[in-house]
Amino acid sequence: MSLTPSHLQLNHQGQLRHFLTIEGLSRELLTELLDTADSFLEVGERAVKKVPLLRGKTVCNVFFENSTRTRTTFELAAKRLSADVLNLNISTSSTSKGETLFDTLQNLEAMAADMFIVRHGDSGAAHFIAEKVCPQVAIVNAGDGNHAHPTQAMLDMLTIRRHAGDFKNLSVAIVGDILHSRVARSNMLALKTLGCEDLRVIAPRTLLPAGIEQYGVRVFNDLRTGLRDVDVVIMLRLQKERMQSGLLPSEGEFYRLYGLTRETLALAKPEALVMHPGPINRGVEIESEVADGPQSVILNQVTYGIAVRMAVMSMAMAGQNAQRQLNQEAQ
Amino acid sequence: MTALPEVEPLLARMATELTAHLKRLQRSDPAFVGIHTGGVWIAENLRQRCAPEAPLGTLDIAFYRDDFEQVGLPQRVRPSELPFAVDDRHLILVDDVLMTGRTIRAALNELFDYGRPASVTLVTLLDIEARQLPIRADILGASLVLPPGQRIKLTGPEPLHLTLNPAD
Repeated sequence: MSLTPSHLQLNHQGQLRHFLTIEGLSRELLTELLDTADSFLEVGERAVKKVPLLRGKTVCNVFFENSTRTRTTFELAAKRLSADVLNLNISTSSTSKGETLFDTLQNLEAMAADMFIVRHGDSGAAHFIAEKVCPQVAIVNAGDGNHAHPTQAMLDMLTIRRHAGDFKNLSVAIVGDILHSRVARSNMLALKTLGCEDLRVIAPRTLLPAGIEQYGVRVFNDLRTGLRDVDVVIMLRLQKERMQSGLLPSEGEFYRLYGLTRETLALAKPEALVMHPGPINRGVEIESEVADGPQSVILNQVTYGIAVRMAVMSMAMAGQNAQRQLNQEAQ
Repeated sequence: MTALPEVEPLLARMATELTAHLKRLQRSDPAFVGIHTGGVWIAENLRQRCAPEAPLGTLDIAFYRDDFEQVGLPQRVRPSELPFAVDDRHLILVDDVLMTGRTIRAALNELFDYGRPASVTLVTLLDIEARQLPIRADILGASLVLPPGQRIKLTGPEPLHLTLNPAD
């Protein structure tokens, strides 16, 4: 299956109808998404943290991979939009009885679901569902294999925009296991689309994908050189299973070379932001004092994640509604 | 050709009426709430004239519209900002043009998500007589009947001026 960007995510009027990847989306659309998220952020500060936008709509969280934070923030986002929410943990349900992905989703569609939030271990799963299984349902990718995690990227963009300003003048470093990270891939695409000129990735050679240069990044194998004078440091989670595959010598070794500590952070600009998609491994990729320190915006990222997901859901639902009307008029 | 009124004399009269209205109903310490974008200009203007010490809030009602299903979200949504507690407050809700009443319905719903105001007074510069909901302004600048296919637009904030445009 092809993972190349398609106009699958946009309707005939250029509005978002599925949110599968950052690839192929314009700066204008990403900016519109961030502006809308800013407005939803304000909703989270009211006495009643709810707007009636998706009242009567059914949103299904379809998670084939475990996740607590992503699923709960999607759930909260849907509830704040007044949608009804179903949480399906597929890894522990139908598939164990032998039902295929195709059948599971068609059943959900038959229950008149309007939106699927999909997390899957295989790259391209959300794309496949949007294209082949349920084209009438708005699909939001909540992480597919090593491919993309576009809502995480957009919440990172909102964090950067709110705390550091315009992307054009910023130096941003992404540190850690780039090779296996869908967050890194989506972040690189989003940062370049939004105009970031100095984007760096810092990782050992074994954890860098081939052809990384195509993203327009500067590659560093040495943390201390790469962090010099950056405005934003995005740390990635080190997945422990990578250690077993022989790509890394040991946790201790990784921390010594690539861990973000007070000492290594001092090489960045004095006010540099520290970001992490979570869950953090204290003492593996980041020192506790840095994760909890004054430069850390890790918990702000979680708050912004709700607003960004509200923006994505309402925009995709609007685009899907518009497409349905166009289709009806064409008939 | 419909003659459009000048804005300034309307505002002067509305300010006088609003002050008398609040006094008659013994509504003190009000807060102004303008609906983006024209309503914010009118609200700020009236606030200066009637109660300069009163706070001004702004509402973008995009998340409360009743036509999301048909038209989706506008391209640009601005955050609503109410820099005061709504509970037990006398609110002056201000918009530039009252037409179907649907915007005001959405604005009232949004206001009540901030709290329970003591009262809401509706102020609009113009009433285009095309009501679809049982809503009317407490303080009104002028009533107009528009020629078919035309829309009225307030430009501003300095100077505030009304123009007639073809509806899109």
